[in-house]
Amino acid sequence: MQTRITGRVWKYGDDVNTDVIFPGKYTYSISDPKEMAAHALEDLDPGFAQKVQPGDIIVAGKNWGCGSSREQAVTCLKEAGVGAIVARGFARIYFRNCINQALPIATCDAVDGVESGEEVTIDFAAGTVTTPGGVYRFPPLPAEVMAILEAGGLIAHVRRQLGIE
Amino acid sequence: MGHTFVEKALARKAGLESVVPGQIITVRPDRLLTHDNTAAISKQFYKMGVQRVADPGMNVIVLDHVTPAADETYATNHKIIREFVAKQGITAFYDIGEGICHQVLPEKGHAWPGAVIVGSDSHTPTHGAFGAFSAGIGRTEAAAVMATGEIWLRVPDSFRITVSGRLPERVAAKDLILHVIGELRADGADYRSVEFAGETIREMSVSSRMVLTNMAAEMGAKNAVVEPDDKTRAWLEGRVTHGYDEIRADADATYERTIEVDVSSLAPQVAKPHTVDNVVPVTEMLGTKINQALIGTCTNGRLEDLVAAAEILRGKHIDAGVRLLVLPASREVLLAAMEKGVVGDLVAAGATLLNPGCGPCLGAHQGCMAPGEVTISTANRNFKGRMGSKEAFIYLASPATVAASALAGAITDPREV
Repeated sequence: MQTRITGRVWKYGDDVNTDVIFPGKYTYSISDPKEMAAHALEDLDPGFAQKVQPGDIIVAGKNWGCGSSREQAVTCLKEAGVGAIVARGFARIYFRNCINQALPIATCDAVDGVESGEEVTIDFAAGTVTTPGGVYRFPPLPAEVMAILEAGGLIAHVRRQLGIE
Repeated sequence: MGHTFVEKALARKAGLESVVPGQIITVRPDRLLTHDNTAAISKQFYKMGVQRVADPGMNVIVLDHVTPAADETYATNHKIIREFVAKQGITAFYDIGEGICHQVLPEKGHAWPGAVIVGSDSHTPTHGAFGAFSAGIGRTEAAAVMATGEIWLRVPDSFRITVSGRLPERVAAKDLILHVIGELRADGADYRSVEFAGETIREMSVSSRMVLTNMAAEMGAKNAVVEPDDKTRAWLEGRVTHGYDEIRADADATYERTIEVDVSSLAPQVAKPHTVDNVVPVTEMLGTKINQALIGTCTNGRLEDLVAAAEILRGKHIDAGVRLLVLPASREVLLAAMEKGVVGDLVAAGATLLNPGCGPCLGAHQGCMAPGEVTISTANRNFKGRMGSKEAFIYLASPATVAASALAGAITDPREV
């Protein structure tokens, strides 16, 4: 896992739910991650899927990813190229889904210091998000959780745990 | 120093004397619940390089989300699941028509006081109504539980919500929980264990308690729980055939927050589009035109909910401009409702009866909305695009309020019908 990521920001508000990140009507009809990416944030920001660039970073308010447990709401963003998500807070299943899909996340108030289109830098070793409006600190992830992220996600982590190469 | 429910339940499962909030533990859950997403989960499972599930007895699989299959894609999905179930020797498999996973799991004896349940569905906290620890997880995580039999959990802080007073006529558990979510907001209990206690909860049926624990997910709760009592034991009689040790919070447990609610003068509540915490008393929404009304889902599709609706609709007919959809939460509920004559009352009043299952709640089939349309529903989510068009509107309310509104063609106070 990269310890330092710089990317262009897509800024969103509070309580963005998984239905607007990846609509429920597609949850069983779409199974190809590339096709999922084409519908990412469809009901919140219809232009996103076409315009997002690899390495872009989502910066949002509180309770990002509330609602359904659907993992496609993480997969669609990762497949679309999103490099990390920084939010004031994450809904807990979404948080776990990010770890399990190895999509880096940081919990802090960076949304207060940046606008869409500007750049931020996340330093996972230092625990900081540097924005045009200031530097925001975030708490490190517990070691057990970091191990999953560093393995490249839960599938790789379980294979390692079970001694399967 | 005393401990909360979740501290005691997780400590016992982890084989530790005690645990504290923030601590990460590893446990072997008693049950792993999955549904139509089992096909996707099985793909992740095989990617882990394992051929056999760690403990077939742990798995409970219920087909409920899009049942019967709406098209070839869904049918193929169900076929993959049936083949996985057969190959892995999973016995607790409930095919289409049995009902919604959160109703079927307890009905078939897979929830009990002190059990640790995880499920690949965000409304898994429902099973806390039986005194279990029950939390939602994602797909890959469910696959990992199948592969290893284990899961890591962070011990959450706890809230205790103590409810007093008698619920007024035609005011129900749904109104109470909508009111609480409106106060605490959508992330008010994020990552917390929520304990529901007090005389009002003790008076409530097990079905009503399930409404509270089900919707605790809508304020971000990791799990929610109601202490078991005689009602719990009576409900589980004949369903859970093994013994169990009940777990109760200690009187001197430490809570991050304690909340007191008096329901004596609570009015019917409505959550307006497009968030569940956008709650107002029904009196503020009177006259809002509706196109569709839905009674069912894992929140409010039980016998008492159908009875509450039938009491309002019996001998009358819904408004000509309204489609009323009724989905019993399970086959067992449907049979009981048929025996009681409730199904006849509802269908005679103009309801369209659908098979037990999730129906249109997640916007995949059986009653999706066109742009500009309005549904009032007993479900737990009213997010934009949830039931089809993102230009449609969903209001959430109790079965009584939904039935009264179907009758009038507009949002109506059930106390006035």
